[in-house]
Amino acid sequence: MTKPTLSRRGVLKTGAAAGVGLALPTYLSAASHAGFTNAPQGGTVTLGFNVPQSGPYADEGADELRAYQLAVEHLNGEGDGGMLQTFSSKVLEGNGILGKKVEYVTGDTQTKSDAARASAKSMIEKDGAVMITGGSSSGVAIAVQGLCQEAGVIFMAGLTHSNDTTGKDKKANGFRHFFNGYMSGAALAPVLAAQYGNDRKAYHLTADYTWGWTQQESIAAATEALGWQTVNNVLTPLAQTDFSSYIAPVLNSGADVLVLNHYGGNMVNSLTNAVQFGLREKIIDGKQFEIVVPLFSRLMARGAGENIKGILGSTNWHWSLQDEGTKAFVQSFGTKYGFPPSQAAHTCYVQTLLYADAVARAGSFNPCAVVEALEGFEFDGLGNGPTLYRAEDHQCFKDVLVVRGKENPTSEFDLLEVVEVTPRAQVEYAPDHPMFAGGNLGQCNPGA
Amino acid sequence: MFGLKNTDLRLLLIVFVLTMAAPFILNPFPTESGLAQFNAGYPDLMQKFVIFGIFAIGFNILFGLTGYLSFGHAAFLGVGSYACVWMFKLLGYNVVPGILLSIVVSGLFALLIGVITLRRSGIYFSILTLAFAQMSFALAYSVLSNPKFNLTNGETGLQVYADDPQWFHSDRLPDLPHLFGLSMRATHKMQLGAWEFQFNAGYYMCAVIMLVCFYLAIRIFRSPFGLMLRAVKSNQQRMNYTGLNSRPYTLAAFVISGMYAGLAGGLLSAVDPLAGAERMQWTASGEVVLMTILGGAGTLIGPVLGAGLIKYFENIFSKINESVLHQWFGFLPDGLEDFVITLIYPFVGKGWHLTLGLIFMLVVIFLPGGLIEGGQRIGRALRGKKASDAGKSASTEPAE
Repeated sequence: MTKPTLSRRGVLKTGAAAGVGLALPTYLSAASHAGFTNAPQGGTVTLGFNVPQSGPYADEGADELRAYQLAVEHLNGEGDGGMLQTFSSKVLEGNGILGKKVEYVTGDTQTKSDAARASAKSMIEKDGAVMITGGSSSGVAIAVQGLCQEAGVIFMAGLTHSNDTTGKDKKANGFRHFFNGYMSGAALAPVLAAQYGNDRKAYHLTADYTWGWTQQESIAAATEALGWQTVNNVLTPLAQTDFSSYIAPVLNSGADVLVLNHYGGNMVNSLTNAVQFGLREKIIDGKQFEIVVPLFSRLMARGAGENIKGILGSTNWHWSLQDEGTKAFVQSFGTKYGFPPSQAAHTCYVQTLLYADAVARAGSFNPCAVVEALEGFEFDGLGNGPTLYRAEDHQCFKDVLVVRGKENPTSEFDLLEVVEVTPRAQVEYAPDHPMFAGGNLGQCNPGA
Repeated sequence: MFGLKNTDLRLLLIVFVLTMAAPFILNPFPTESGLAQFNAGYPDLMQKFVIFGIFAIGFNILFGLTGYLSFGHAAFLGVGSYACVWMFKLLGYNVVPGILLSIVVSGLFALLIGVITLRRSGIYFSILTLAFAQMSFALAYSVLSNPKFNLTNGETGLQVYADDPQWFHSDRLPDLPHLFGLSMRATHKMQLGAWEFQFNAGYYMCAVIMLVCFYLAIRIFRSPFGLMLRAVKSNQQRMNYTGLNSRPYTLAAFVISGMYAGLAGGLLSAVDPLAGAERMQWTASGEVVLMTILGGAGTLIGPVLGAGLIKYFENIFSKINESVLHQWFGFLPDGLEDFVITLIYPFVGKGWHLTLGLIFMLVVIFLPGGLIEGGQRIGRALRGKKASDAGKSASTEPAE
């Protein structure tokens, strides 16, 4: 037996030569994949679920993830099928998407644009995800939407309510099922006028970032059109936890309505402060003082507890609706997890189904084919009545719910009652509406 | 060579080989295997490794040499990012002007903050820098992003829009950051059996810049200037009593390390053209402190290792979810499987902070010199064995 002679120099030389040799063919040209980024290979297709698992919106994120897991089960033909049975399009057969079994990867957005993009990038570059979805804040949605446009994959937005997502930041590869600030205003204002009268003075407290501004702008415009005055708009920092110093001036301003353009923990704190200051017992000029929270969610209602009772707001969807789609979804979600889904869970579940359906109808995972299939798509049976994915800005148009905090909740999930289902026609707007102007959808990008 | 001593040259060569071969080293597991979860060799994470490496090297020039603990270095990172994206918006997608401007702007910003904060030392200095960074964060997050004067685009983050001027942009050039036409996103994928390796243009650009930064840091560490900075760390008062004004030295170190941070910020924008305000938040400032301490403050390569470890945890461990665990432990009987997963689950996925925290505690308690000290101890133990074989006893000297 002979021992191979290994000199230090020899090893170094071979190592260096091998390194150079391996590095040479890296022309660093774009990968020569057929057609588009991350074309699914083999019998599976990977979707990326990018949700906040830590930070202020972790509750929403956890619920979104539950909905995604349910959607994947239903697409793969497990479970009871949920909304697949009530969906107006019937091309999905419960055998995955185009016969490919659906697999998924998850990531944590931390509700930070950077972290969300890093997590989405790892899904695209490492795990080969062909579609990214999820998120619970508009900043993150816009950041990830931009990334997906650059990388050439489809982005199905989760919970994002800012006008900008399908306004000045809209992208050809991005789609939003959730409603927006303008729709909240258009749906809420007539109800407010009917309940509280046309002669009211509103005081706005607004979270100081993109979403807050666009929502405040929308609500103010909609209520002013019905005769209300906007007395003042005060911007509050997002990190604020105690709003007492912002509530005190409201009492001396002569206003008789307080509009809280806050979301999540912010809203829970500001509402609690306002109730503690006794605002709701005040009578101003013979009128009962009222508080309005334009964007409501059940998770927030639970956080605010008693204080939410009787407060008006708007929401994208609520589990107590009585249409077939909602019943089927609540049934299968409840069976699996033991409690009803939130609106964040609903929009995420629906987005996954809509994507799968678009791929099946287009017969291809190519993002450009999917975009074409989704643009101008009319569907029903997914819980919001007849819905349109508008081609001009990739925004869904559907009925909006105006809800009120329930006076006598029967369970910890039964916190909101539906006051009015505002018909779709009332919340529609032109694609070039000033609040949405300035954006450019651009061309769909299939990537490499 | 390069004016370096042999040991330093060897270190530089090691870093050179590691960075150039990173796509291989970081992808040890075949793509289809269950362990592929732990592969880190994809462009985004490799870019993060070297960029945060630059950030930590720069931070270490200040903290490791002078002992001034800045809790506000993320401000320079953020300023650099914004500067770079603004160059994209105004001039076009070539990364060179953006990166240069990010260094200049963050240098000026560091000069301004340094002149004020360096009047104090110790905890007061730390708090002052923290205050400035939080101020910058608040400015970027809301004050400078109002519709009338939108410098930072607030929460959404500054990005390039189709209607931006981009004076030097032409149709021939890619619609993404590029280096004279070579897109930062361009990736060459190489299949070798069951393995796939990705060579990304943006990564190699950042890696080359990091090597230059690393070389400069070695030169600073070994220069008379570096010696002066170490003197500040060991006893600034005594230095002042001898009649030496130490302020210009600390200020220079502060500005240099601010420029490193700005360069890192510019590179972050160059590989991904979006600058968000949260890059300036105090958690980001704290992160670089953790990186440096975890790796070994005052050592040359320690901060780079620390940066790599933290980014690895953030990106790899955070993605291990329940279904992945079920795949791993699927072979166990049902009850046992659930039990094992309940035990492990809090430490992966969203619990990655917890695992990182535990590691950080262990390192600080048992290896005060950071990962580098761990490496040295292992090296000593191995050498010690050999030495005792030869009949010598390894001497254990206290490290300073």
